[in-house]
Amino acid sequence: MCPTIRALERTDDMKIDELIKSIQDKFGSKVLKVYKHNDKRAYVDIYPKDIVEFTKYIFKDMGLRFNIASAVDDFDGLEILYHFADDLTGYVISVRTILKDKFDPHIDTITSVTRSAWWIEREIRELFGIEFDGNSDLRGLLLPDDWPKGVYPLRKNFVVPKRDSRKA
Amino acid sequence: MSHNAHIPIGPYHPLQEEPEFYKLVVEGENVVDVDVRIGYNHRGIEKISESKSFDQSIFIVERICGICSSSHPIACVQALEDLAGLEVPERALYIRTITQELERLHSHMLWLGLAGHFIGYNTVFMWGWKYREPICDIMETVTGNRQNYAMMKTGGVRRDIEKEHIPYILTRLDEFSRQLDMLKGAILDDPVLHARLKGVGVLTKDAAIDYSALGPTARASGVDIDVRRDHPYAAYDRVKWNVITQSTGDVFAKTVVRILEMEESAGIIRQCLDEMPNGPIDSNPKDIPPGEGIGQVEAPRGECFHYIRSDGTNSPLRHKIRAPTYMNFPTFRETVIGETVSDATIILAAIDPCYCCTERMLIVDSKDKELMGVQELIRLSQEKTAKLKAKMGIK
Repeated sequence: MCPTIRALERTDDMKIDELIKSIQDKFGSKVLKVYKHNDKRAYVDIYPKDIVEFTKYIFKDMGLRFNIASAVDDFDGLEILYHFADDLTGYVISVRTILKDKFDPHIDTITSVTRSAWWIEREIRELFGIEFDGNSDLRGLLLPDDWPKGVYPLRKNFVVPKRDSRKA
Repeated sequence: MSHNAHIPIGPYHPLQEEPEFYKLVVEGENVVDVDVRIGYNHRGIEKISESKSFDQSIFIVERICGICSSSHPIACVQALEDLAGLEVPERALYIRTITQELERLHSHMLWLGLAGHFIGYNTVFMWGWKYREPICDIMETVTGNRQNYAMMKTGGVRRDIEKEHIPYILTRLDEFSRQLDMLKGAILDDPVLHARLKGVGVLTKDAAIDYSALGPTARASGVDIDVRRDHPYAAYDRVKWNVITQSTGDVFAKTVVRILEMEESAGIIRQCLDEMPNGPIDSNPKDIPPGEGIGQVEAPRGECFHYIRSDGTNSPLRHKIRAPTYMNFPTFRETVIGETVSDATIILAAIDPCYCCTERMLIVDSKDKELMGVQELIRLSQEKTAKLKAKMGIK
């Protein structure tokens, strides 16, 4: 494994705005929107196609830790949030990307940058039906082997079957 | 000529909450590959939480783990407080810190006992579980329950610590500290344990960073991270304590980190009891507005992460939960390949997963149809210690 290269020297008295600015300076118009929730949390909106580039910069160059990714089934499409924690300053930067096509959602894998995303990509594919292009191991992780294909339990259109106590 | 044998491990154990399945591929004595499968007890808590009110979600997440039943609710309420921008009364922050550290103490003690058993130190097993009792008693005094404490609510805690209970808590804590001192000496000065655990299952610093390993697993590999210091919450920035790190990344380092952390935890509890201000324990918030929030907590095994999105209704639109073992598990692949079968148990135990997995080991040799259960694997591990002792001339 190659050693981590730090392009941006972070210090513990750095403000979250400086981190955001460094991302904006690097990517310019590829950053669609920045939303600062409070002094510790910020959300950065990007296009799905840029995710690997952003991850490479935030994880490898800035040296933030990959917390986890979380998908959300929203009205606009399927959202994926990649959360990165800065353990030096206590900030969490969440990179948000929206996949408009709910029928055939695709995004590039970030496992080429960090192996820590291996399991969560398997999980999101299984529970939300999002394909991660380039991830060679996308076997099921949580659901039983006989789970019906094309049924994604964390999508909003999945209704948990009601158990009828009289039939039990 | 060598041939590969497959060792399926798992998946069920009714006593534990996280069944997993491992398939170790071994060549002779050496592990050449490993495959992990989880989800056998997937309860869909994220989905359930979406159908509950915010107040109910806190109790649902408490059921995720019997050991971390303080960490998950705190992470959940912190996510809601982050979402709504709520202030929490000072006294409630101290009470949260106390329950968190009590949880760490009993979890690490439990781990120490089981790790001792796996390598044939059954006395450590008996001691560890016996010395965990004062902590469970304190927990009962503070929260009313030995497990599943139901202490947390958005904007505060549900139960105050009574003044007359503090002398009892301190007496039991002193009792625990004396026993911990003894245990620390017995374990860290034992030449057999040094020989048995050093250099076994090494996780390098670079690999720990790449896998985003957490908690004692990362700290033993020299990655200096701790949510309590780096993303301060509760009252951790108001008390004095140290983050314990080691550099070697082997099983011994992970043991040292956990033992020394227990001393720090006891110190944190004493300071909190001493410095805790008087005042309200709850800010009684009314509504959760639309928005999103993140809660992070240093659970005994590492960072516990909750993300909650609200659309203004009474229940979450999305509630993502990431327990620390989720990030630490994949490192098992890194640490176990190249090691012998007799070390597989303790390497897996060293990341402190929920134990079901190691309790249900089974060896199936593809050629000879030979079956080997968990008892056999633990026996192998214990035999290795015994051989080592004989070699060193220790009875």
